[in-house]
Amino acid sequence: MAIVPNPHKTTGLLGWIDDRFPLTKLYKDHLSEYYAPKNFNFWYYFGSLALLVLVNQLLTGIWLVMHYKPEASIAWDSVEALMRDVPYGDLLRYLHSTGASAFFVVVFLHMYRGLLYGSYRKPRELVWLFGALIFLVLMAEAFAGYVLPWGNMSYWGASVIINLFGAIPVIGNDLVIWIQGDYFPSDATLGRLFSLHVIFLPFVLVALVVAHLIALHEVGSNNPDGVEIKKHKDPKTGIPLDGIPFHPYYTVKDVVGVGVFLIIFLGIVFFAPDGGGWLLEKPNFTPANPLATPEHITPAWYFGSFYAMLRAVPDKLLGVLTMGAAVVIIFFVPWLDRSPVKSIRYKGMLSKIALTLFTISFVLLSYYGMQPPTPVGTWVSRVGTVIYFAYFLLMPWYTRAEKTKTEPERVTHAAH
Amino acid sequence: MQRIKTFLIAVALSAAAPAYAAGGHALTYKFTPDSNNVQSAQRGARNFMNYCSGCHSMKHLRYGRLANDLNIPEDLLKANLMFTSEKPGDHIISSMPAMEAAKWFGQPPPDLTVETRMRGADWVYNFLMTFYVDGAKPSGVNNLTLPGASMPHVLMDLQGVQVKVEEKAEGHGEAGHGGGHAGPKFELVQPGKLSPDEYKKFVADTVNFMHYAAEPGRNARISLGYKVMLFLFLFTILAYLMKKEWWKDVH
Repeated sequence: MAIVPNPHKTTGLLGWIDDRFPLTKLYKDHLSEYYAPKNFNFWYYFGSLALLVLVNQLLTGIWLVMHYKPEASIAWDSVEALMRDVPYGDLLRYLHSTGASAFFVVVFLHMYRGLLYGSYRKPRELVWLFGALIFLVLMAEAFAGYVLPWGNMSYWGASVIINLFGAIPVIGNDLVIWIQGDYFPSDATLGRLFSLHVIFLPFVLVALVVAHLIALHEVGSNNPDGVEIKKHKDPKTGIPLDGIPFHPYYTVKDVVGVGVFLIIFLGIVFFAPDGGGWLLEKPNFTPANPLATPEHITPAWYFGSFYAMLRAVPDKLLGVLTMGAAVVIIFFVPWLDRSPVKSIRYKGMLSKIALTLFTISFVLLSYYGMQPPTPVGTWVSRVGTVIYFAYFLLMPWYTRAEKTKTEPERVTHAAH
Repeated sequence: MQRIKTFLIAVALSAAAPAYAAGGHALTYKFTPDSNNVQSAQRGARNFMNYCSGCHSMKHLRYGRLANDLNIPEDLLKANLMFTSEKPGDHIISSMPAMEAAKWFGQPPPDLTVETRMRGADWVYNFLMTFYVDGAKPSGVNNLTLPGASMPHVLMDLQGVQVKVEEKAEGHGEAGHGGGHAGPKFELVQPGKLSPDEYKKFVADTVNFMHYAAEPGRNARISLGYKVMLFLFLFTILAYLMKKEWWKDVH
């Protein structure tokens, strides 16, 4: 099908543009005539919130880079200086550091929504895959950013994480030196992590977000009932009967979500930017010191679950592989779920138990990953790791073995 | 079922245990910094400049910023607080050469700009309160809060000389709770220039100043925060009403 310029036949200045660039078409396809199911619930705020946090990170990041010095001997000082000598510099930094945590909060909830309602099922496999890639890149981006202030926790965190590559047989040690550009984390390491954090990874991230949205808008949004709204269209207009235009309905609704989110987010930024040591760790208020290891090297809270899995496995290489597999397995969810229905609302008891156990184990893993190792913590982490993987690996079995409820023909929705 | 219960209890207990341990060695004195007490921070600045800044820098804080934030006129600043520099725009740098200091003390005295953010204001307060006589140390004193500290008790003149009294756990009921580390266990054997209460106040002022210095923008941030919150509440209410209005026709 050939591209027809200006399909909506606009005139005037807009017409001039539309003859040359699909401005009206983009606006209609993605906003005013993108029909989303009318029964979105609480869980559907986190996609737009993730976009908001991304924009926050990009904008505050631009200004932070204006004052930050990616050089090991002055990096830490430059962060203190930007918080003191730059007008609103402290807020810029807190918005960015709290934003990193907020990003993971909304992305975790956004992904959890997908698991709840089967948003990865046909035809949305690529939406899910792009999303899983975003999560992977986000983790790399967060790690690189965490190192940049070059505080002592940054330094030792970098050391621990980069040394994980040392577990790879034969090439491991050389690989670590190659990644670091030195025998230990140093100025060379800081320089490359800075480059990745401010150029490469954000670029990839934004590109993936665009792909995620294009793929979503091609197939249409899923909904809490997991039924396709495109099955029932108005015969005259071709508009799904249960669909409403994203703009204005969901834009005005998401603005409410933004308000509530900002109250919580900015509440932390303005009144507790350290987050009690969870957002800005105490050891990071002292510059990197290769000779002084912090008492407990803990990852940022959002890596807690994966770190717990790493520690749960006695063998280092197997631990690293387990941790990697925990992320990789997310990519396979669309093909692991064999249920005849999409949404947890109509799935059977086994799926509900599995998801509940998965949720509990993920929270426990996140918690124990941040604690100093204890025998109890290690055993809880082991059980949690097994449950985490069992949730995915047994999915083909329990989604078929259970008795499901019948999906409704149309979405269920009580008018507000 | 019993097993599941036992497991859940084990999980709950193990979740609680590290929370206790996280406090580490319980601090002897309780202290909460007061960021709104400008007079206290002013006195603290005087204390810091007179007793600490000879060895410790605050290299991220400028004299002028300090004077501005704590309402100290420039002539008073120059006459009473600036010993190593003439320009209010300068950072607070100690005159002690780091290389030499490392030889004298084993390590150069750390910069104290963000000490209270790294250790906690209560930790710094306890550190300054808990020096005691220890003949085994070259400086003649040790510190309960930071055992083996290489810093001499600079404030001994003010506090006096105190010795550590080994106290048995009996005084502090709660068996099995690592008894005995709560409550001071010091005895003043030689009074200083200040009474114990005056000394506590002296330390509190000093730590309040350090608490300010660790984040000079704290008060401005919090006061802006209230305005932002007020706006956001109004904004969210309006946004909600707008959403309700639009969604009236969605059935």
